[in-house]
Parts: sequence; C-alpha cells; structure tokens
Amino acid sequence: MSLSHYSLCLTGVLVRETLRFIHQRERFIAALVRPLVWLLIFAVGFRSALGVSIIPPYETYIPYEVYIVPGLIGMVQLFNGMQSSLSMVYDREMGSMRTLLVSPLPRWYLLICKLIAGTLVSVLQVYAFLLIAAVFGFMNPLMGYIWLLPALLICGLMLGAFAMVLSSLIKQLENFAGIMNFVIFPMLFLSSALYPLWKIRESSYFIYQICSLNPFNYAVELIRFALYSQFNWEACLYTFISLIFFLGAAIYAYDPARGMVGRKLTTSE
Amino acid sequence: MDFQIQYSLDVNDVSHSFGQTKVIDQISFTVGTGEFKVLLGPNGAGKSTLFSLITRLYDTKKGSISIQGNSLDKSPYLALRHVGVVFQLPTLDLDLTVRQNLHYHASLHGLMRSDAGERMVIELDRLNMADRIDERVRNLNGGHRRRVEIARALLHSPNLLLLDEPTVGLDVPTRNDIVDHVHQLSTEDGIAVLWATHLIDEVRDTDTVIVLHEGSIMSDGSLKEVLEQTRSNDIGEAFERLTTGISI
Repeated sequence: MSLSHYSLCLTGVLVRETLRFIHQRERFIAALVRPLVWLLIFAVGFRSALGVSIIPPYETYIPYEVYIVPGLIGMVQLFNGMQSSLSMVYDREMGSMRTLLVSPLPRWYLLICKLIAGTLVSVLQVYAFLLIAAVFGFMNPLMGYIWLLPALLICGLMLGAFAMVLSSLIKQLENFAGIMNFVIFPMLFLSSALYPLWKIRESSYFIYQICSLNPFNYAVELIRFALYSQFNWEACLYTFISLIFFLGAAIYAYDPARGMVGRKLTTSE
Repeated sequence: MDFQIQYSLDVNDVSHSFGQTKVIDQISFTVGTGEFKVLLGPNGAGKSTLFSLITRLYDTKKGSISIQGNSLDKSPYLALRHVGVVFQLPTLDLDLTVRQNLHYHASLHGLMRSDAGERMVIELDRLNMADRIDERVRNLNGGHRRRVEIARALLHSPNLLLLDEPTVGLDVPTRNDIVDHVHQLSTEDGIAVLWATHLIDEVRDTDTVIVLHEGSIMSDGSLKEVLEQTRSNDIGEAFERLTTGISI
C-alpha cells in the first residue's frame, strides 16, 4: 500500500465531487440564493426589530445584516453538509457507494476523502456567497477573508462528519425531509446564527442551555471571530472535539465489522 | 500458502445472518484461475449477500474468505486489489462521461492517470465502446452502460471478476454478447470469474456451476457432474429439482 495510492484516491474523489457539483447547477444556485434571501430580505425586515448590543468580536454597534453574515456562512456549510449526506444516501440507494467502498484502501480513509471533498465544495460556496454579498455592499475586513479559510475548513469538516453520521442512520432517501425539519432547523435556530445567545438567555434559560450544547453554535462563533481576524479558542476547541466525535461515529457506522450501514446496503435480492 | 494460491477465490465455511434470519449457511467453494463459475440461484437465494461478503461490504463473521491467497479479514488491501466487481445495481455516475467515471474508479485503485487512460481505451475497445468514451453515461442505453461497468471492473487488471446478475434487464443479443465476452476473459486472460444469475440459459457447457438455494449450496461441480447428481437432462431441469425440493 503506497502513499501515491492514497493521494491518487483523494484526488479522484475531489475531482469527482467537484464535477458533480459543477453539473448540478441548481444545487449551486440554491446554495447561494438561500443565504442571500436571508441577508437581503429577512435581515432588512428584522433590522429594526432586533437591536444588537456591542459584543465581541464587534467593537461598535452593528446593523443586523452585519451580525447575521457569519451565521449565514455557517448555514451554507450546514446545508452543504446535509447535501453531501443526501448524496451519500442517494449513492447508497443507487449502488454507486459500493464502488467507493470496495476500493482496497481502508474505509476510514475513503470516508475522510469524501468528507474533505464535501468541505472544499462548501468553501467554494461560501466565498461565492461572500463575493455576491460584497457586490451588495456587505464588505468585511479584507484580512478576515483570509482568516476565514481555516475556520471554514474545520467547521465544514465537522458539519460534514455530522451529516455523515446522519446518512448512516437514514434508511431511505424519502426520510431525508424529516431530517431537514428535525435536525437542520433546530440546529440553526438553537444557535447564535440569527440572534445573540444573550437574547435567548433573557427569554429562556433552559433553551439557552440547549444552545450551549449545539456544536453548530460554536462553528458560527468560530467563523464570526475569524471574519474579524480574531481567534476564538473556546469555539475552536468545541468545534474540533465535535469533529473528532462525529468522525469517529461515522467511521464506526460505516465499518463493515460493526456498522449500521451494512444492513442497509442490502439490495432487493 | 501454495495450496491457497491455486485458487483465486476460496470461500470456507461462511455463514451470515441478518438478525435471527440466516441468509448464508456454511458455504464453501473455490474458483480457480481461468475458471468460469456460475452461481445459480433463484431470487432471494443469498447471491447478493455472498457478493457483499466477498467484496467486504459486510464483514465475514463466521468462516473465512481468501482472494489470491490473501485473507480478506487479515489483509483486505492485498485481497481486494485483485478483485473487479460488476454489481447488480448500476453504479455509474450518470452526469459524468465514460472517461470521467473510469478515471474515478482508477484513482480508487491507485492507477496513475496516464496508465488509467491507456487501460480504459484497451478495455473499452474490446467491448466496442472506445468511441463512446467522452459521452455522458446518461446518453448510453442499458447494454452499453453494462459494458462500461465491465470495462471499469477490468481497469486495474484483476485476477478475480465478480458479476452479480450483470445481464438483468438486457435484451437477448446484448446478453449473449456480454456472456461471450466474459467467457473470453476467463479462457484467454485466465481471469477467474464468479457469475451470479438466475437465468439458466447463461450456463455454458464448459462452466462449473454452484446451485444456491435459501443460503445453502445444493450442488457444486462441472455442468456434467451437476446433471449426473440430479439425474437431469439439462441444467433447467437440474435447477428446478434442486430449488423446488423435487426428489432426485
């Protein structure tokens, strides 16, 4: 087993996922329109309803549109992770997941390749979103765009690994709609993506505590600080630990010896 | 070790269950170099489960499987690198071209891009598909897609080719072409073939046959031996006797 085999495999998976992404133009457009609707319509509508006080990393009062940009970046990555997860369920149902899994390389490595490919696609989506947002006048500090990259990589990997675990639990493609309602929206609303957590704490301490356990919340905060060229240790650590946990769970789920997926790969023999 | 290597595939006392349901029951058989073995069984006999075990999609919990003398359990990398697979369900990416699909497969098996490019032209050419290499798979008919899948399975020059009901849904001439081509691969290239099917007319006189029924092997041998064992005139009669419980 040589290193070149590992790197060829990673390149192959990256190329395939990128080609699939390019061919699925609707997916790209949807990935951009979704956060733009929130930014250009929702945020403007809520501007007067939600005042945001001065909280780190902000050093002054900021308009609501500026506040939700990091949350929308997180949203792009969250939806992309789910989209990748959806494609894994689709691949499994259509059989093409088998092509990947019967490669002689270890399965954990194949899953990591898939995860990295999905994360890079989400990074492309985020920068495309930020470019369009800049055209509409929502500019961030220039250095922030550079600081953002490592934050996007770790958040993308964590959300992708989380989605991978979900994909191992979904038996059929049709069940995915339920995941959208019961996982994505609660994750989004139980985070600081759309409003600061101190606002939630004022209303309900119980819900605030749930928010504090939500890994997506920490991903958003990591992105928020990075956008202003700052490093949030707590958010980074929590996101990283979540990444390790979800990755371990995904590898376990897809392991032929123990996995939950084995049974689901059965064909209608 | 020498004893093991004479078999491309050695399945030894393998059982597999889903919960309480036993789908594979103490199966043992071998496939030698250049042998074309037909795994004949009705729907639900356990053929696809057996394929999933041989390709390590499922873990072998009882018994052992070796490929080219390498244990699938202890050396999965060495074992799986010798295997080419055509699954029952189509596994090509419809939005990508034939070339892109084959490059993806080649990368999973560690083939350099230039080598893969040469190999895919050779294998597609043998199936009269070389001129379709830059077409999107979506534009190909079912028979052509199957040919591409066979070319893909051969890209990394495997010693063992596994085909799980590869002709399902194809018209008779296309089926015959594919059956002929794979026979040619076993006789000319010495590739060991395990061909799962429930279509008895795909069995040729030179083949060895396993009849699988409800997870157990009912018969294993040359066509002549199976006919003798079942006192049948043809494989259709033998298959019926072995899978419907008619006394032999």
